[in-house]
Amino acid sequence: MRGNHVVAEAAIRAGCRFYFGYPITPQNETPEYMAAALSKLKDGVFIQAESELAAINMVIGGSMAGVRVMTSSSSPGISLKQEGISYLAALELPAVIVNMCRGGPGLGNIAPAQSDYFQATRGGGHGDYRNIVLAPSSCQELAELTMEAFDLADIYRIPVIILADGMLGQMMEPVEFPDHKNPKKLSPKDWALTGAKGRPGRVIRSLILDPVLEEEHNWKLMRKYERIQKKEVRYETFLLGDAKMAVVAFGTAARIAKGAVQKVREQGLKVGLLRPISLWPFPEKVLVELGKRVKLFFVFEMNMGQMVEDVRIALGRDGDIHFYGRPGGVVPTPLEISRIISSHYLRKRL
Amino acid sequence: MKKVFSRPRSLRKVPFHYCPGCGHSIIHRLVAEVIDEMGLREITIGVPPAGCAVLAYFYFDFDMGESPHGRGTALATGLKRALPDRLVFTYQGDGDIAAIGTAETIHTANRGENITALFINNACYGMTGGQMAPTTLLGQNTTTSPGGREGLRDGYPIRLSEMLALTDGSAYIERTAVNSPVNIRKTKKAIAKGFKVQMDGLGFSLIEIVSPCPTNWRMSSHEACQWIEKEIIQYYPLGVIKDVTKRGQGC
Ligand SMILES: Cc1ncc(C[n+]2csc(CCOP(=O)(O)OP(=O)(O)O)c2C)c(N)n1
Ligand code: SF4
Repeated sequence: MRGNHVVAEAAIRAGCRFYFGYPITPQNETPEYMAAALSKLKDGVFIQAESELAAINMVIGGSMAGVRVMTSSSSPGISLKQEGISYLAALELPAVIVNMCRGGPGLGNIAPAQSDYFQATRGGGHGDYRNIVLAPSSCQELAELTMEAFDLADIYRIPVIILADGMLGQMMEPVEFPDHKNPKKLSPKDWALTGAKGRPGRVIRSLILDPVLEEEHNWKLMRKYERIQKKEVRYETFLLGDAKMAVVAFGTAARIAKGAVQKVREQGLKVGLLRPISLWPFPEKVLVELGKRVKLFFVFEMNMGQMVEDVRIALGRDGDIHFYGRPGGVVPTPLEISRIISSHYLRKRL
Repeated sequence: MKKVFSRPRSLRKVPFHYCPGCGHSIIHRLVAEVIDEMGLREITIGVPPAGCAVLAYFYFDFDMGESPHGRGTALATGLKRALPDRLVFTYQGDGDIAAIGTAETIHTANRGENITALFINNACYGMTGGQMAPTTLLGQNTTTSPGGREGLRDGYPIRLSEMLALTDGSAYIERTAVNSPVNIRKTKKAIAKGFKVQMDGLGFSLIEIVSPCPTNWRMSSHEACQWIEKEIIQYYPLGVIKDVTKRGQGC
């Protein structure tokens, strides 16, 4: 199944019946799948909005009404959604937003890239806030993480971003959809706008004119973010047990890096891979632990160096951290990456 | 003693913060009265704008969800699609609906989205301090059209309601004013009609309400009401612009 279709099918299996979006390559197969599939469901709603701005605001409306709702886009469209994502964060509304990232800045191109890491993990719009950001690296994971994204969004009342790229969106792989069970933790949406039947009117708003109260709201969000940082860190390790050098990469870059690690292992180099799956919350503690026994780090990203900043924050000044990036939609081969890994490794005489 | 005038159930016991003579207070009351009279309070969801009426949710006692500036009709679309049997309305200023939110408004109307937009035309940006709005009249002084609005420099006052009437999805569009008791009564009827059209599932309805902003017009309330009569209504004629419930009327 194609990655973009996997996202759509997974969303429907997770109980999402509302999709609002605007076409942009390389993710068009998601809205196309949604249009066909949701029209067959009696409670399904698909709208091709007039813009990403409109789409994200339809998402806000749907979310206010208490339903599971999703939008998807790619980099330039995600930029347009940022105002709405800031509102989702402020209003504490659950929503799932998929970014099949492409080369940028500007119109850039339609090739796979990871250049929206900062935008996704730092909030992206105005104000002090975070989104949960999940980075799949296969179609199977696109399915699992998309389904999980809806649960996380509901549990924490937060926008969840699936940050993938054009490669994952276009790639075809066999997928087994897990059975979706609603987690027990889900409490009823007693905050949703449904009409004030037998109760006073309910208000969902983000305007808080009194700075002291706005500060309080910010701290409330912060405490939620701290809970998420404690509980929702996700990552994969590969051959790190005896490793003297660790490669850190996410998403498509991690797939390439895995191939590269296997190649250098064949040459007898003790190299492993850490793949952050949740980009926010970032697996900082895992890196700190790893830094106690591994002295050489190599970060590879399909951008000019974004996640590497989080690695530097985690490891501090002592970390011997090297970076290699290919921005602009260029996808290097495992061979290219393996050569750079082994040259660092050998130079260090590990 | 017989009670002949009281606070509508749909209004909270909170004094309005609007300036003296502002049309928002009158319109809020009309909306609350209509919702009460139609028995819709328990199924109503309102969407206030960014604008002077952003605090509308402190006054209305039914469910309200805040919208980013201009995106009210898109947000209401999401709400209404999720809850098709509720009454969903937006409350938007002229800057909100006819400048930053024009695209959303036109496409919501064009989709025949079954919501009602209340479009408060006060010929300026009230909240941000009286800047030029898309509805500011030619020659009208505002803080960003000093010396008066000039068409070829600043653009012409836009007739959004007439534009929306051209979309096949719009069902009912009327322009009213709240500058006199007669016009206030007509406005109430128009709001009721808009809500009825929505509850009957006929498509997009919009009531444009010409409303005084004495503060930014730098007039007394009385002068503001007269200025609406003499100037605004000349450019923005009142009346039904489109009504699909009456064949042959409108455009
Ligand atoms: C994206 C964005 N841009 C600008 C603003 C600032 N802003 C708030 S209300 C407003 C215009 C208000 O005018 P109008 O819509 O005519 O409503 P009124 O206050 O006159 O009732 C503006 C520009 C904002 N809140 N958001
Ligand atoms: S500034 Fe104008 S629109 Fe705003 S409250 Fe005052 S009179 Fe009303």
